[in-house]
Amino acid sequence: MSAAPPGTGWAPIVWARENLFYSVTSSLVTLLLAYIAWQVLVPFIDWAVVNAIWSAPDSKPCRAARGVGACWALITEKHRFILFGTYPYEQHWRPTLCILLLLALYVVSAMRRFWRPALAGLWLTGLAAIGVLMWGGLFGMAYVENERWGGLMLTLLLATFGIAAAFPLSILLALGRRSDMPAVRVVCIGYIELIRGVPLISLLIMASVMLPLFLPEGVSIDKLLRAQIAMILFAAAYLAEVVRGGLQAVPQGQVEAADAMGLSYWRKTMLIVLPQALRVAIPPLVNTFIGFFKDTSLVVIIGLFDLLTSIKVAIVEPAWSGFGVEAYLFASLVYFAFCYAMSQYSQNLERELARGKAHYLREN
Amino acid sequence: MAGAARPGPGAASGRRSPWSLNNPRVRAAVYQAVLVAAVVLGVWYLAANTAHNLEVRKIASGFGFLDREAGFEIGESPFTEYSAADTYRKAFVVGLLNTFRVALIGVVLATLIGTLVGLARLSHNWLIAKFASGYIELIRNIPLLVQLFFWYAIISENLPGPREAANPLAGVYLSNRGIAFPVPESHPVHLWLGVALLAGIALTWLLARWARARQARTGQPFPIFSAGAALILGLPLAVFIAAGAPTALNTPRLTGFNFTGGGVLTPEFAALLAGLTLYTAAFIAEIVRAGVLAVDRGQFEAAAALGLRPRRAMHLVILPQALRVIVPPLTSQYLNLTKNSSLAVAIGYPDLVSIANTAMNQTGQAIEGIAVIMAVYLSISLSISAFMNWYNKRIALKGARR
Repeated sequence: MSAAPPGTGWAPIVWARENLFYSVTSSLVTLLLAYIAWQVLVPFIDWAVVNAIWSAPDSKPCRAARGVGACWALITEKHRFILFGTYPYEQHWRPTLCILLLLALYVVSAMRRFWRPALAGLWLTGLAAIGVLMWGGLFGMAYVENERWGGLMLTLLLATFGIAAAFPLSILLALGRRSDMPAVRVVCIGYIELIRGVPLISLLIMASVMLPLFLPEGVSIDKLLRAQIAMILFAAAYLAEVVRGGLQAVPQGQVEAADAMGLSYWRKTMLIVLPQALRVAIPPLVNTFIGFFKDTSLVVIIGLFDLLTSIKVAIVEPAWSGFGVEAYLFASLVYFAFCYAMSQYSQNLERELARGKAHYLREN
Repeated sequence: MAGAARPGPGAASGRRSPWSLNNPRVRAAVYQAVLVAAVVLGVWYLAANTAHNLEVRKIASGFGFLDREAGFEIGESPFTEYSAADTYRKAFVVGLLNTFRVALIGVVLATLIGTLVGLARLSHNWLIAKFASGYIELIRNIPLLVQLFFWYAIISENLPGPREAANPLAGVYLSNRGIAFPVPESHPVHLWLGVALLAGIALTWLLARWARARQARTGQPFPIFSAGAALILGLPLAVFIAAGAPTALNTPRLTGFNFTGGGVLTPEFAALLAGLTLYTAAFIAEIVRAGVLAVDRGQFEAAAALGLRPRRAMHLVILPQALRVIVPPLTSQYLNLTKNSSLAVAIGYPDLVSIANTAMNQTGQAIEGIAVIMAVYLSISLSISAFMNWYNKRIALKGARR
């Protein structure tokens, strides 16, 4: 047998020989997959790009191109509605500003050099500013009741406020679950397991039909706030388990050292335990954030006007009905953009944190 | 503060006043008492409000409504006959069965697809690995609900009507009324097939016990895998042939505007099943991949050095270690799939949540409806976690208990 030594020849050929055609079976599979991909991708690109209708005053050209080209004109036509829901048209600069503000907050929080206590202050200021901008009624801005908030803006708000409120709650729950006090432990475990055992939908339905029964007569909370409360309670239970994982990763010696220095429970927790625990827990926390961001789409079921609902409503109108595939592909694209960015970030972070840890772990 | 006075020389910490708040045990007791009181008071306050509100709205609480006539039709009820004249209790049972139906089929399919994709992602073939990771990234980053709507739109908007139904295989029709396919004509032998299958499983279990005991005693291995496969597949096959191999099929036929006969997957069921399966499969693929990667390379080499053939090495060395990593997250994915099947309400598949929702809207019995939903899902998740604990105990490394 005389075979050429591996890795000689023109680089792409070598690469292909080593990764695509290294055996008979593998060559057959490669060819088969390439054929299938060709058969699927070419018609899809034809439909989605080449023959697509990108803008049109009404749906007639789309109907004519049915089955041949995608109707992105639907998105072009309704983009304001999809972004902002029924927010007053002439006030759209306000939610636009809010979206930009939120994106800026996300980006700043993603940078490790800004991970310091002042960041919490920045978040509080930012969220307050967003509240003022959205509601208005101050500085000459017209008041907009929150029944009219909607679209992508509402999705971002639900996710951001949900996580911002659920995170502190989840830390308390995780600490409580590891507490020495049996009653505290039982309450926390009961809460976490109860919430994690039932689907989010049942909590949302509960918030929309049962919460009004819980409140004293005459007191009522609007639908948005009720859903937000349900989502916060839901997210807190899941985040608490992630935080608990981080707490378990803190070496016992750190706790004992803090005890030996005579630190009180809260000083020990705030200065020694939590900073280490949260650092370990950041990648899984980001994964939970991704799940939570996706879960905000469930509010469509109780009729809140988030991104998915506004897309659904956009195709209810008879003129544009029947273009569900295009509409949901667009929705997928928007959600994917946010979630993929977060998951890439979390993976990078994991690698970065592991790099510093590798040496330390080897010594143990 | 008197409590802060430094204890005199020789005073042990136990000598502090037992009732001082500086005593950690007293403090703990006080904290816990406060917490319990707050929880009890909170629950009592909410319950009192609820009772008052129910009284004002004249809603009778209790589960009495379960025996009243439901008065709504349910789109599909494949296991029991149901009509609008039946009770709410019956409607809830139908919903529960529908939930189990989609969840069970979904779990099996998602496990198969997920395992395939997970192994594909580990393939040496670059194209296969990229396909698999592309699938995983795409599916995991899009909300399940959007995917459900997408599949539902594909089926209900883009498939032709029953008259122009696509006919990819003989007897199988794809239309916007769902997927119609042939099923075997019902025959008394089907019952016996099931009995034979169960008998095969039971015999295999007994045989496996005997084989394990014999191997422990004498060291002689027994080909339990092939023997078990022969029993589980062979017994039903033997029964089938003994009964004269009835192969008559009940094929769907177009009558009027829809298909009759054969089996039908409604668009709602098909969309829900496709969405749940493909979504969960992406998560299972990652779990399988992590499980295989968790087995150290040295284990393969050590097994080979011991002279184990690849199949036995896989069976005795690799799989047990990989499964230890895979099974716990896998069961929680099964639980997620079951919980996610409640999204059915959004596309109109009559699962438990969707029926409870209808019942709540009709009767106003919100608390009872929610209680039924929560009780069902909590019992499912508690049984799964009980199974998990049992399994973990079974496979725990001996002597490595922490």
